Amino acid sequence: MTDPFLRAKELDEKYRFLNAVAQDTTSTGAGRLQGYSVSVKDCICTKGIETKAGSRILEGYVPPFDATVVSRCRSEGAVILGKTTQDEFGFGTFNVNTPYNVPLNPHDLERTCGGSSGGAACLTAVADFPHLALAESTGGSISCPASFCGVVGVTPTYGRVSRWGLIDYANSLDKIGCMAKTVGEVALLLSVIGGPDEYDSTVLDVPEEDFADLEISVEGVKMGVPEEYFAEGVDDGVKDSIWVALKVLEGEGADLSEVSLPHTGVALSAYYIIAMAEASTNLAKLCGLRYGLQPEEGGNFDEYFSRVRAEGFSEEAKRRIILGTFTRMAGYRDAYYLKALKVRTRVIEDFKRAFEEVDVLAAPTMPVVAPRFNEIAEMEPIQQYMMDVLTVAPNLAGVPMISIPCGEVDGMPAGLHIMADHLEETKMLGVARAWEVLR
Amino acid sequence: MTEEWVIDRRLLEHLAQVSRLKLTDDELDKFTEQLQVILQAFREIEEIDTEGVEPSFHPIDVRNVLREDAVKAWKWDPLENSRHVEGRYLKGPRIT
Repeated sequence: MTDPFLRAKELDEKYRFLNAVAQDTTSTGAGRLQGYSVSVKDCICTKGIETKAGSRILEGYVPPFDATVVSRCRSEGAVILGKTTQDEFGFGTFNVNTPYNVPLNPHDLERTCGGSSGGAACLTAVADFPHLALAESTGGSISCPASFCGVVGVTPTYGRVSRWGLIDYANSLDKIGCMAKTVGEVALLLSVIGGPDEYDSTVLDVPEEDFADLEISVEGVKMGVPEEYFAEGVDDGVKDSIWVALKVLEGEGADLSEVSLPHTGVALSAYYIIAMAEASTNLAKLCGLRYGLQPEEGGNFDEYFSRVRAEGFSEEAKRRIILGTFTRMAGYRDAYYLKALKVRTRVIEDFKRAFEEVDVLAAPTMPVVAPRFNEIAEMEPIQQYMMDVLTVAPNLAGVPMISIPCGEVDGMPAGLHIMADHLEETKMLGVARAWEVLR
Repeated sequence: MTEEWVIDRRLLEHLAQVSRLKLTDDELDKFTEQLQVILQAFREIEEIDTEGVEPSFHPIDVRNVLREDAVKAWKWDPLENSRHVEGRYLKGPRIT
């Protein structure tokens, strides 16, 4: 049998998806994940394995505890493989914003894996041993790389999965989720990690659910197709791939109808304002004193903290801290932060209205297939942010979503995005499973 | 354009100072320009009618999970990752 640790290290030399490998390779034995290796995104704490969220400011930090999701995997018999690379703190769409490994897309090494959970998607795509990935999404960081690498990625309802042990990006948006090669496997991992946790004060008080036994029929399922997700700017080849899938599902009895989510476009700005405001407060705790980067002392506290932070954060993190600090400053707070939170209410209303009519929504996950690194290098920050236009609205609304491979454009995978109402993961997984069987 | 949507270099320097980030001259130049473009794009939220709309601090109704306020043993040493330890204390940089 392949040793997953040796094999992962071997594959990593070519694809560069790892930030750290576990030393302890023992399994606790029996359980629902027995026989699986689980990789963990670098922003999720793992006992005894360096955890730095892709940032130099956390370099050398070895957590003395496991995040709840990690301990649940271990107690179900999984072996923790190591840490997968990501954009620093999740700040990015292409997994290039990190001083560490930039993963290479297995379908074309000159292209991005997507971000921010790029390492997780890359390893999931190339693993030739039983493997599941723990990933995390704030504004699309699971769906985007799953789409670009041609794997399945599920982002659960906000609050279904404990965030205890997650290095926060934006508290009101962060969700830990899963990636795997198949819908059945993400459903299995979601069943293991979901449910209440005494350590996370924002986790939802809903019973644990087992998603493993999936209904695969789409007969009579009402599927809404949001017109805004097929608008200008979405690649024609990607649109065609999605329509092929939708027609197949319709042929199997799904009831397709057009719906409108009118605040889709403006959700992007609201998302970035809220995410940056929350990020700037979360990152305030990182000052080179208790863990991570800790250079020699020098100067007073002000000089020391400013020096450590300037050294430890990369450019995108600095940009987001500055913008986030600005949008919640006295005098600007109402125009930016509070206004964005009100726009978020409008975005949530869009989804609630749509889900009164339909069971699930179906759309392209990303407007394009994975871009080349040389194309990304030419993009201004605002152009990079705009790549998230189809994933931020469901993330702002906290609804569950799954990206599943759906055809190819120029030899690169496209992703079908299925979204459902809060806590309706079962419906969404059932449709995804049906497409997986039919495609 | 109203003044609210402008970050000039002076404001940027102030923001860097309160964020405890020592920015280089190059970063200050680059950010002044980039942040301006980003804020212009974000400005579209002004166009949405939010009269009487409540802000959503969370996407879903979140309630605090509370437990008994009882002392429990800590399972690990919170100082083990720090090199700024003296005895059982963290030693910070000087104040002035």
